[in-house]
Amino acid sequence: MTLVRHELRQGRRSFLIWTAAIGFLLVICVFLFPDMKKQMDGVDDLFSSMGSFTAAFGMDRLNFGTFAGFYGVECGNILGLGGAFYASLCAAGMLSKEERDRTAEYLLTHPVSRTRIITEKLIAVLLQIVVMNLIVYVLSICSIFFIGETVLWKEINLLHFAYFILQVELAAICFGISAFMRRGSAGVGLGIAVMMYVLNLVANISETAGFLKYITPFAYAESADVLSDGCLDTAKVIIGMLAGVTGIAAAYLKYTKKDIQ
Amino acid sequence: MDAIRIQKLTKYYGKARGITDLDLTVEKGEFFGFIGPNGAGKSTTVRTLLGLVMPSGGSAQIFGNDIVKDRNAILRITGYLPSEALFYPGMKVKEVLRLSARLRKTDCAGEAEELCERLQLDSSRKISELSFGNRKKTAIVCALQHRPKLLILDEPTSGLDPLMQREFFSILQKRNREGVTIFLSSHVLSEIQSNCGRAAIIREGRIVACDSVDMLSHTSAKRITVQGSVALDGLDGIFDRRETDGVVSFLYSGDMDSLLRTLAQGRISDLSISEPSLEEIFMHYYEKDGERI
Repeated sequence: MTLVRHELRQGRRSFLIWTAAIGFLLVICVFLFPDMKKQMDGVDDLFSSMGSFTAAFGMDRLNFGTFAGFYGVECGNILGLGGAFYASLCAAGMLSKEERDRTAEYLLTHPVSRTRIITEKLIAVLLQIVVMNLIVYVLSICSIFFIGETVLWKEINLLHFAYFILQVELAAICFGISAFMRRGSAGVGLGIAVMMYVLNLVANISETAGFLKYITPFAYAESADVLSDGCLDTAKVIIGMLAGVTGIAAAYLKYTKKDIQ
Repeated sequence: MDAIRIQKLTKYYGKARGITDLDLTVEKGEFFGFIGPNGAGKSTTVRTLLGLVMPSGGSAQIFGNDIVKDRNAILRITGYLPSEALFYPGMKVKEVLRLSARLRKTDCAGEAEELCERLQLDSSRKISELSFGNRKKTAIVCALQHRPKLLILDEPTSGLDPLMQREFFSILQKRNREGVTIFLSSHVLSEIQSNCGRAAIIREGRIVACDSVDMLSHTSAKRITVQGSVALDGLDGIFDRRETDGVVSFLYSGDMDSLLRTLAQGRISDLSISEPSLEEIFMHYYEKDGERI
């Protein structure tokens, strides 16, 4: 596990910045809720009558005046997007950075098999995502207690779980792509996260683009659906997990035979 | 047992040539030189041996271990010094050395400390603050600290000052005397001439000569330098002729007697006849399609 530890140390700064940023924004939003609630009469009507914009963010189905509805939209945008960015960035650079920073010659001339390197790097990515989510989850629960709202355990657990799965899927896909790249990983990581997010917005607005829901992981983490159904869409989650497994398999197949430059 | 045995090793990067049908054998305990200019295939050979790139054809073994199948066994007994040594910038020198030891599952702190001292490398400094030469020293310690049986060095002295180069080679010679096989890839010929027993010359991905350094340097041709006026036109076997300020210098492989008779007819104020340097022979391999002098 030498490499896992090494990767965690290497990624420490990025991990702290992203976790602090996401945690801080989420806590701030929760703290805004009591004020929002007072002025909510009318606002909810406003939010639910903005046409496509309303549909895009699922606000036609969420009640912004209730804490669950508010948390669904806010959490969706902060943890959903922020977490997706972090997971994609972290995974997209994981294998390619050795060649980009020219450290591959150092690392890969030690008696450690490529398979082991891939495995330990993958564990490091997943560990960082797990710990980031745990910290954000705890911060979020604490702040909800602090403002005196009742914690809707089932809804909140489900939402956080959905975002966690989403991050794991994106990370697995980006990890696979990372094996093929030699540089420019940040752009690819962010690009994929943004593309998936936009695909979900498009699918929310347009009926004909509904099939996109089976491509983007943001579909099964759509808070409006999660809150109204009380569960995740199993079919979409399974498709997502298959995409993730494909990404990881691609990483192993490519990187064990890759010419390092 | 041979330390390195390469048979018909070929590597193409897509359509670009790396090395073609390379055959080479290095015996255990040898200090072997591998000579060639940039782009000739030196680094490709080294990188293929270390499993960084996969061969397109042929095979190679290091101490009997196949370079594709037994990569880990090879890397366990090998120390590699890359030509361009880069490390994780946020780490300290001692952290890089410790990570290297951990990845090898050994503790070689004592050896590392001794090497750092000899090379005057402060191991508490951060990699990002190091000069090129100090990064090179870090790479040297990484390659040597676990006491490998085989050392593969790719242009090891670039960035080291002459004093450090001397120190480095004295460490290498000591290791070599203790039985370590050294494979030195370089384009600095004097380095090869003063350290290696045998050497191979690589040109456009192929070995064009492989012999003892003495044999490579020793040829029938002599370097003749004449100061004065003499008519050399009737003489056969002259090549690489250079003329500056009344001094004529050329390589001569013709009949010695006719040379002396020709010279006797001129007015000569100074004359020297010497063995050509390895450098001149090397240049010859590159200018004359690899044909022996």
